[in-house]
Amino acid sequence: MIVNNPNRRGFLKTTGLVAATLPFTQVKLAWAGAHPDINIAYISDSHIQQIKGAKFVRNWDRGLIRAVAETNLLDPQPDFVVFGGDLAQLGKKSELDHGAEMMSKLRAPVKYVMGEHDFYLDMGRYWEKLFGPQWYSWDHKGVHFVVLNSILTYDEWVNKWPSDVERMNQMAGLDNPNGSPFMVGEAQRKWLEKDLSKVSKDTPVVVFSHSPLQKIFKNWNFWTEDAEQLQKMLGRFSNVNVIYGHVHQIQYNRIGNINFHSVMATAWPWPYPESYAQAESHLPVLTVPMNRADPFHERDATGWQLIDVHTGRPTLKYNLYNNENRIVGPNDKGVPEDRTYAKRTTPPQKHY
Amino acid sequence: MIRKSLILALVLAFGALFAVQASGDTFTEKDVERWMEQYKKVAQEGRALWTSPELGTNGVACAQCHPNGANTHPETYPKFQKQLGKVVPIREMINWCIQNPLEGEPLKLDDPKMTAIEAYLNWERRGVKLEPGKH
Ligand code: HEC
Ligand SMILES: [Fe+2]
Ligand SMILES: [Fe+2]
Repeated sequence: MIVNNPNRRGFLKTTGLVAATLPFTQVKLAWAGAHPDINIAYISDSHIQQIKGAKFVRNWDRGLIRAVAETNLLDPQPDFVVFGGDLAQLGKKSELDHGAEMMSKLRAPVKYVMGEHDFYLDMGRYWEKLFGPQWYSWDHKGVHFVVLNSILTYDEWVNKWPSDVERMNQMAGLDNPNGSPFMVGEAQRKWLEKDLSKVSKDTPVVVFSHSPLQKIFKNWNFWTEDAEQLQKMLGRFSNVNVIYGHVHQIQYNRIGNINFHSVMATAWPWPYPESYAQAESHLPVLTVPMNRADPFHERDATGWQLIDVHTGRPTLKYNLYNNENRIVGPNDKGVPEDRTYAKRTTPPQKHY
Repeated sequence: MIRKSLILALVLAFGALFAVQASGDTFTEKDVERWMEQYKKVAQEGRALWTSPELGTNGVACAQCHPNGANTHPETYPKFQKQLGKVVPIREMINWCIQNPLEGEPLKLDDPKMTAIEAYLNWERRGVKLEPGKH
């Protein structure tokens, strides 16, 4: 249930200019005693891009700096912060270092997810040095958390390019017809099978991936090739959830028992797939899209989110800078819903 | 007599006119193909510009935010842009995005690069009906 109660204690320190403008309140249910609070700040898709030497694209830097600063104002601090992938634009050491340096200002511990922009230059090697393994799991306050690297692809594609830089450039183009579909792959699926075999059926499970673990739009890799196999493995849990980045927009869905939620980017928003007239797409019908972005406001339709997972089913509070904030969480049936935000009726929600 | 020759002159004149038109009308399938090739070549140059940092100074490309040219809506232009305060052709909005997210210098409105970008955007929107003025 989504409860928006103004009497609950403020989540953010009310000192400082930024905090005063942030409308989040911590959401707690009457029976919160039975389920401990779990709050996660989720920052994703910062695409830190080097221009030359010590110069980086200002716009993308500002997005991440702002998300980090605002996350640091949360009081109490979240249990942990997730970075949802695509920290860098072209996987360069300079970009990952610069991004990691900005992320190092966070007060809470950080869990990292691999994005394709971090990976395809050196196949994730430098990222691993900075942030650790590409897939892992842990238990926290009764919830089983899993991080997957869902942006792997066919070996044949990986090996066909004359250089690492060329491979990275090819994968970095979202609409590049010479790209290749994302997947978790067999080795990792085996690991996941084993990891999940130790978890009881009624333990809430939350999976963090970069790509959607569902098939939405192949042209832009809003897509995971082995999505069906993964859904089958996850489907045996009664309370299971996938939170993903990559799409730079709000999406949510329900397939079987699985709740799906996407997060926004700190760098820039993407059009919804239906705005490309030449290809078929399948935006989940549940999703009420974000308003169309106004390019005259640099941070419009970018931001970060606070996720409340205390029931296992996540409630995402999207911090939208130039629009009404949004809260998407389970309704009485556990299905993701945005109760307060208007259905697709206002002109800005009509994507074409 | 005078009238007769006038009519004759008119007939001759029309004949000449028709003759010119007739030769203008004789383009072939091959011509049509060639013209389309020419268009596609320019649209391809537009696509190359779309995905390259060349239009700006900060390494950013249009395609980063507009995959497949999506969200540029060429079928709605010229139209009113609130922030510019008037009805503008799409080329003004193309220049706006060059100057802002790409931190670049605006193109001349008749720059061949501008034509190429517009040709590419129209190609990605082929088949979408004209919606003049739509926001
Ligand atoms: C940082 C992201 C970003 C980049 C980079 C960017 N744009 Fe935009 N642009 C936007 C957004 C957001 C909109 C508004 C889309 C909408 O109306 O739904 C927009 C709108 C437009 C429009 C008008 C669309 C309409 O419906 O009126 C045009 C034309 C355009 N951009 C062209 C370009 C060109 C050309 C480039 C490269 C020089 C470019 N853009 C680069 C974000 C960007
Ligand atoms: Fe991304
Ligand atoms: Fe991505």
